[in-house]
Amino acid sequence: MKASDIQALLDEPACSHNTKEKSGCARPKPGATAGGCSFDGAQIALLPIADVAHIVHGPIACAGSSWDNRGTRSSGPALYRIGMTTDLSETDVIMGRGEKRLFHAIKQAIDTYSPAAVFVYNTCVTALIGDDVEAACRAATERWGTPVVPVDAAGFYGTKNLGNRLAGEAMFKYVVGTREPAPARPRPDGRPTWDINLIGEYNIAGEFWHVLPLLDELGYRVLCTLSGDARFADVQTMHRAKVTMVVCAKALLNVARKLQEQHGVPYFEGSFYGVLDMNNALRDFARLIGDPDLIARTEVVIARESARADAALAPWRERLRGRRVLLYTGGVKSWSIVSALQDLGMKVVATGTKKSTEEDKARIRELMGEDTKMIDDGSPKALLSVFREYRADILIAGGRNLYTALKARIPFLDINQEREFAYAGYSGMVELARQMALSMESPVWQAVRRPAPWAQPISGAVLSA
Amino acid sequence: MAEIVHPKKALAVNPLKVSQPVGASLAFLGLARAVPLMHGSQGCTAFGKVFFVRHFREPIPLQTTAMDQVSTIMGADENVVEALRTLCEKNSPEVIGLVTTGLSETQGTDIHRAVRDFRTAHPEYAATAVVAVNTPDYVGCFESGHALAVEAIINTLVAESDAVGRRQRQVNVLASSMLTPGDIEAIREWTEAFGLRAIVLPDIGDALDGHLTEAEFSPLTLGGTPASEIAIMGESVATLVIGGSLNKAADLLKARTGVPDWRFDSLMGLDACDDFTMALAQISGRPVPPRIDRHRAQLQDAMVDCHFMLGFARVALAGDPDLLIQMGRFLVGVGAEVVAAVSPAKAERLAGVPCEKVIVGDLEDLENHARGAGVQLLVANSHGTETARRLGVPLLHAGFPLYDLVGGYARTWVGYRAARQALFDLANIQLGQHHEIEAYRSFYRDDPAAGESHVCTPPAIGVVH
Repeated sequence: MKASDIQALLDEPACSHNTKEKSGCARPKPGATAGGCSFDGAQIALLPIADVAHIVHGPIACAGSSWDNRGTRSSGPALYRIGMTTDLSETDVIMGRGEKRLFHAIKQAIDTYSPAAVFVYNTCVTALIGDDVEAACRAATERWGTPVVPVDAAGFYGTKNLGNRLAGEAMFKYVVGTREPAPARPRPDGRPTWDINLIGEYNIAGEFWHVLPLLDELGYRVLCTLSGDARFADVQTMHRAKVTMVVCAKALLNVARKLQEQHGVPYFEGSFYGVLDMNNALRDFARLIGDPDLIARTEVVIARESARADAALAPWRERLRGRRVLLYTGGVKSWSIVSALQDLGMKVVATGTKKSTEEDKARIRELMGEDTKMIDDGSPKALLSVFREYRADILIAGGRNLYTALKARIPFLDINQEREFAYAGYSGMVELARQMALSMESPVWQAVRRPAPWAQPISGAVLSA
Repeated sequence: MAEIVHPKKALAVNPLKVSQPVGASLAFLGLARAVPLMHGSQGCTAFGKVFFVRHFREPIPLQTTAMDQVSTIMGADENVVEALRTLCEKNSPEVIGLVTTGLSETQGTDIHRAVRDFRTAHPEYAATAVVAVNTPDYVGCFESGHALAVEAIINTLVAESDAVGRRQRQVNVLASSMLTPGDIEAIREWTEAFGLRAIVLPDIGDALDGHLTEAEFSPLTLGGTPASEIAIMGESVATLVIGGSLNKAADLLKARTGVPDWRFDSLMGLDACDDFTMALAQISGRPVPPRIDRHRAQLQDAMVDCHFMLGFARVALAGDPDLLIQMGRFLVGVGAEVVAAVSPAKAERLAGVPCEKVIVGDLEDLENHARGAGVQLLVANSHGTETARRLGVPLLHAGFPLYDLVGGYARTWVGYRAARQALFDLANIQLGQHHEIEAYRSFYRDDPAAGESHVCTPPAIGVVH
């Protein structure tokens, strides 16, 4: 991929922060960089498509340390969990046998697993030696009739976010619009059905299944989720949706924007975390569809579900009220979780703003109050020092910081994509509350902060006796 | 002698292989106040980090030279110098393990020259040792990367000397990547029982055993072999080499220092433990302590008790060569049969696995082979979980990575006591799987059929005769 193409992708017009000073991505600093690469980002975005054979084209490192480590769930096929890589050898690299090997690898995947499609992920080494992945994919598609889609997001192109976007581009370029959806099955209640898309929802730990029954009830058919519990055929039909919801994922805004520009599908940004955001998401769908009966029924569902959630959350609110949270997500995801925490009566005392613009920061102040600490430095040392200074009770962050917290003997909640619990939807809130209480109220903290009895100064022991 | 088989296929499915850079990083994680630095794109490090964090459930120091598109094409030596400088400036590590990746190797980096450039440009950081090692991921596997790093450590940090036995109670231990922190601890205690002090290289038993410390956070390893100890390995009376993967490293150490070595392919099971114990007795000139005699007798007792369940047990093994050899010999030593064995990379030593043939391949190969072979038990890392489920057989977790159980990293396999525990666990797995003969009901029997009466669990089998 050309540098100019990458630059163009970094310049996403639909990003509200694009006009501000922190546009684009700064060059990573050698020796002081954390976070994944573009290949990682592309896999996060596409791997959940469950009936696709995902082939990593490169030597072992890319697939070897990462396959089967995502928290996404499928309600049907499990092909996405089968790790596949061309596992290039030294001879392949030196003799330029990569493309040929890839071609045969695609055949093998099709022969053995009959996938709905094959996705081929380019990696650093194959990008550097100049394997023409696109041509190999085209040839394979023609030869075997199964769609083979190149995802050109080699690691050194940039960050995880860029990889998300490159993955989105690949879907838009090769998949979206290649099939018409079948008519929706008629509803037993005789009501109409509206087709919708969700972008950036990955069904981590199956959490989208907390939300989907409500969408079913209201008459929304999810044409495609990009990409939690999705099928290849779903992605092909995204252009026919009536509305797209971008689920707290700025990185895939390009797909939503292009769906709007080229196919007239309006979109909104929202989240399924917390009662308020759930309410907003349902209202936004109804508003954009504009059907008066739907709008009325949406309010009924919201009232019912909120009441139910409130009842279930009441005992937890008692226990969590006033507890102080240090939230560090490093990015925009904090929006979705903040309102969830406030719903529970908790106070977010500090939040990560490393990737936020001035505009974002203003919103943070508005939402969380003037005295909220904003953290740019996400190093473990800095996080721990803020935690102490602001007397937080729990650290909520990605899995990368899990052991930072535990080693410092402080309660923790994991909200990243490797997590094992479902927090979305009205019912997910209860799980969120439960997990926070579970960690904060655990008796282990007292025990592990206590020094060994024999570590007490002897004289002190005598005096107190 | 096992035959070594290479299936011809273009696509690796459910790869067993973990890359060389990750293996090399593990070796550096076993040094004190150290940090591994991968020369590659930031994703190489991010994936490696997640991999280790999930296995050890510890924060893992691991840095990157963060190669991007420009430095990949134009040369990334500057990135190496800058990363080394940044790490020295921020954390003053004792050792930086500079590990290459497929990306930097394909680009053609001269890593040693880059280190010399750093030395010239920054004489102020002379106190930090930099150990550079070439570990492309398109060659070898986890184990070979680890071995290459151990070799590089000896090459860089052990001077040529002629001082064998200056420290009469000091022995060196070269530890293969198959050894867990629990294993290293056991080996240390074993040597101490003979009044010997072991310098273990690398000592992940000290660095990654999972212990809470006073220090809440460290950007470097906490524990591990200090560079000062490595420097005096030439003064030991003997070197104990555990695992055939370290033969080259052992040759190098011997050539440098003249310290005589004892080499062991395995420390599991009665014979292997006896060999090691005899070596320690000989080196120390002390009799075997009664405690070890008792542990040996306990193992013998367990072997007798468990032989009913383990005799003829049909086992499938997946792992790097050292692990295959150790585990294979242990199992065969108690009457079990290795009916399928897969190694991710080739090695001549694989001929020493006690089975008919060893496949150099992936977990798909293992699955296909095991299915036809009537396998009753699978021994593999966590990626084997799905394989075992599909095969319908239980899994004994061993190897790298172990992420779907807690404490896998801490499990001890070596020594008399651990072998006994392994026998118990294996025998219990077999007991849990015992299939009763389906009841035959005589035509003349009048009492109610099973299902109508209350269900009884079958009596324990194999215990009383």
